[in-house]
Amino acid sequence: MTSVSTSGTFPRPAPRCRGSWLTQFGVVGVAGLLVLAFWGLAAAFGPALLSRSGAAGGGEVFAPMSAAHWLGTDYLGRDMLARVIEGARYTVGVALVATLLASGTGTLLALLAAASGRWTDAALSRGLDTLTAIPGKMLALLMVAGFGSSIGMLVVTAAVIYVPGAYRMARSLAININALDYVTVARTRGEGTLYVMLREILPNIAGPMLADLGLRFVYIVLLLASLSFLGLGVQPPSADWGSLVRENIGALADGGASVVVPSLAIASLTIAVNLVIDNLPGRAARERGAR
Amino acid sequence: MGSPVVVEGLCVSAGDAKLVDQLSFSIQPGEVLALIGESGSGKTTTALALMGYARRGCRISGGSVHVGDVDVLALKPRQLRALRGRTVAYVAQSAAASFNPSRCILDQVVEPAVLHGKLRRAEAELKAIALFRELALPEPELIGSRYPHQVSGGQLQRLMAAMALITDPEVVILDEPTTALDVTTQIEVLRAFRRVVRERQVTAVYVSHDLAVVAQMADRILVLRDGCMRELSTTERLLTAPQHEYTKSLLAAARPSPRAQAPLADDAEPLLRLRGVSAGYGPRGADGQPAIPILSDIDLELRRGQAIGVIGESGSGKTTLARAVAGLLAPCAGTMEFRGQALKPRLADRSRDELRRIQIVFQSADTALNPSQTIERILARPLQFYKGLSGAALQRRIEELLDLVQLPRSLAKRLPAGLSGGQKQRVSLARALAAEPDLILCDEVTSALDTVVGAAVLDLMAQLRRDLGVSYLFISHDLHTVRAVCDEIVVMQHGRKLTQVARRDFDRGPHHPYYEQLARAVPELRRGWLDELDAQRPAPVLRAV
Repeated sequence: MTSVSTSGTFPRPAPRCRGSWLTQFGVVGVAGLLVLAFWGLAAAFGPALLSRSGAAGGGEVFAPMSAAHWLGTDYLGRDMLARVIEGARYTVGVALVATLLASGTGTLLALLAAASGRWTDAALSRGLDTLTAIPGKMLALLMVAGFGSSIGMLVVTAAVIYVPGAYRMARSLAININALDYVTVARTRGEGTLYVMLREILPNIAGPMLADLGLRFVYIVLLLASLSFLGLGVQPPSADWGSLVRENIGALADGGASVVVPSLAIASLTIAVNLVIDNLPGRAARERGAR
Repeated sequence: MGSPVVVEGLCVSAGDAKLVDQLSFSIQPGEVLALIGESGSGKTTTALALMGYARRGCRISGGSVHVGDVDVLALKPRQLRALRGRTVAYVAQSAAASFNPSRCILDQVVEPAVLHGKLRRAEAELKAIALFRELALPEPELIGSRYPHQVSGGQLQRLMAAMALITDPEVVILDEPTTALDVTTQIEVLRAFRRVVRERQVTAVYVSHDLAVVAQMADRILVLRDGCMRELSTTERLLTAPQHEYTKSLLAAARPSPRAQAPLADDAEPLLRLRGVSAGYGPRGADGQPAIPILSDIDLELRRGQAIGVIGESGSGKTTLARAVAGLLAPCAGTMEFRGQALKPRLADRSRDELRRIQIVFQSADTALNPSQTIERILARPLQFYKGLSGAALQRRIEELLDLVQLPRSLAKRLPAGLSGGQKQRVSLARALAAEPDLILCDEVTSALDTVVGAAVLDLMAQLRRDLGVSYLFISHDLHTVRAVCDEIVVMQHGRKLTQVARRDFDRGPHHPYYEQLARAVPELRRGWLDELDAQRPAPVLRAV
């Protein structure tokens, strides 16, 4: 390239090729990234750094915050800090992986339905409608009863339950994009279905689908918590954050740290996921360029 | 009788940018003032400011607007609400988007009068029916009970005018009311508007980018560009003796002259030949006919290097014809031949080389470019796909293409959202040219562009044809445009080809009556054209448009 200058006739140059990748997130986006990174690291290395295990109980029940127990203790006198850090593994791991799996599969199937013919669309749509007709918790119950409760199983169960929703969302977006002229141009060029799906349609539905992913993440955290409540989720003594909230609900009357902290953890993770999604560089650039 | 409007030093800004800068003008009672300019010139912003309204993100930052003796900009929101729709009424460009689709038309038309407490419901209904009659709407007593989707675009536009007029406003603002209509419909709507405006002596502001339309409507014309007034004078003087350079360029663009073209050799080989092509949508019946037939029995021959224009009203099947040739819609009867070989009806059956040789360019460049790909990637794809170019060769070719369509190379890294309408349309052309096609199907390529920008795109297309020898199938509803670039004109109506006129016969008649009707319907750039037209047919036929 001889000249990449974007100045000239147009007063607002597209903010590409300027600054590092990170600064394009903006302050808020970077804050979200930091929180995500914190929980990611906590899930990966946290338990190894802790001086005591969350499984060791026997102390004072619902103890307040202190030097010994930074976040107090839970209803069995276990150290809350250790419980939350260990819970991060399940919540970040299971919920995030399940969300990505659900949204990813749903979006891909939706792209396939939109870009290929009427029959594929009809078959996929009716198939996934059938799945929607089965109540989520019931399906989870069945799957856990049939295949046993394990982390892998939980991920798959949560993903299966939320695929139809993501599919519906992505399909309605993709159908609209599919009718636009640039997709027609790509088809008359002779492009295959895969190219149309991934290059022409996907980038243009990515924004709303990411917003949907943020919402779906919250649902899955709640689903996991309720599965744990039924004794089908993460098995005690391990616990995800949702379960931590539930099992320490007795401390709510006193505003105890043992119930507030896991709630805050869920909130921080959810908000962080949504902040990062809302501030993704490509999306922000498009919106700035659009008007 | 209308009120005078006096605007002094009007400024509207969005952030730091000034959309309208120090605009002053006045309108006498009963006078029609036209605001004219390209998109982004601030004409709609000015019109809205007359009602004390600024769009989201904009702010009226200075000046004053007086309607009669009311200082509009000093009014409180409550008083403004009482003013709008009663003293000042607004007719928007797209009536289809302005009506509530789930309520019947009469309910919506009488709403302003009832809401402002001007008339009781029953009186308002009678008045609405009188207005429908005045606006030459068919079945004035019954049309109000229909829903917006049950009437045509031209009728809906007139119904919206009825809605604006029902409160007997003193000032009416017409914001590009005929831009979305095709020529024959436009003329009916113009005629209706003009009669009402004249008879009622309302003060009117007519916003448009089309000088020829404005010349029929306005007493005075204000030319806007970049939010500043360029020229303000009476319609006659502006048309005959424009002062400002920009006005001159507008006038030049409004009269598209035939682009110089080397005469086509008579023995040029036929490129595309259609025989008895019929096509339509929906499932096919037992007789092989689709449920909704659109095209029937089209014959067409296009020689190499030739440009054929296809004109007709909306719904005449012009776009369907292009879709059939492009392979997007398989014809149900007839044969298509391309370069002497049968052209397969379906896209999937055509070879990559056949696909490369036929490219399509769409009307709306906004939807024709993928908003998430840079211009560079958009142009690179056909080059990689058909020619397998990569690296420096690819880069060089992209730059050549940008040069070819007269765009600066620096645009390559931008996203389509950062380009103007004309630039986008040039990118669309460049993408088609990247395939080095024999035939480009142009579907209303200049319809969405301003006159000046559209004229520049037409120039470019004529030049590309001279330099590269591509052929065009040029679809348009605008006879002027088609005449400017095409060697032959095919006239279509109701999915049939009515006639074909060669360039040398453009001005020599007599032609098919429908061609004559289309030719007459294109507004001419002089005052009194509509009057002459009306004089030619003393008893106006009330036609459903």
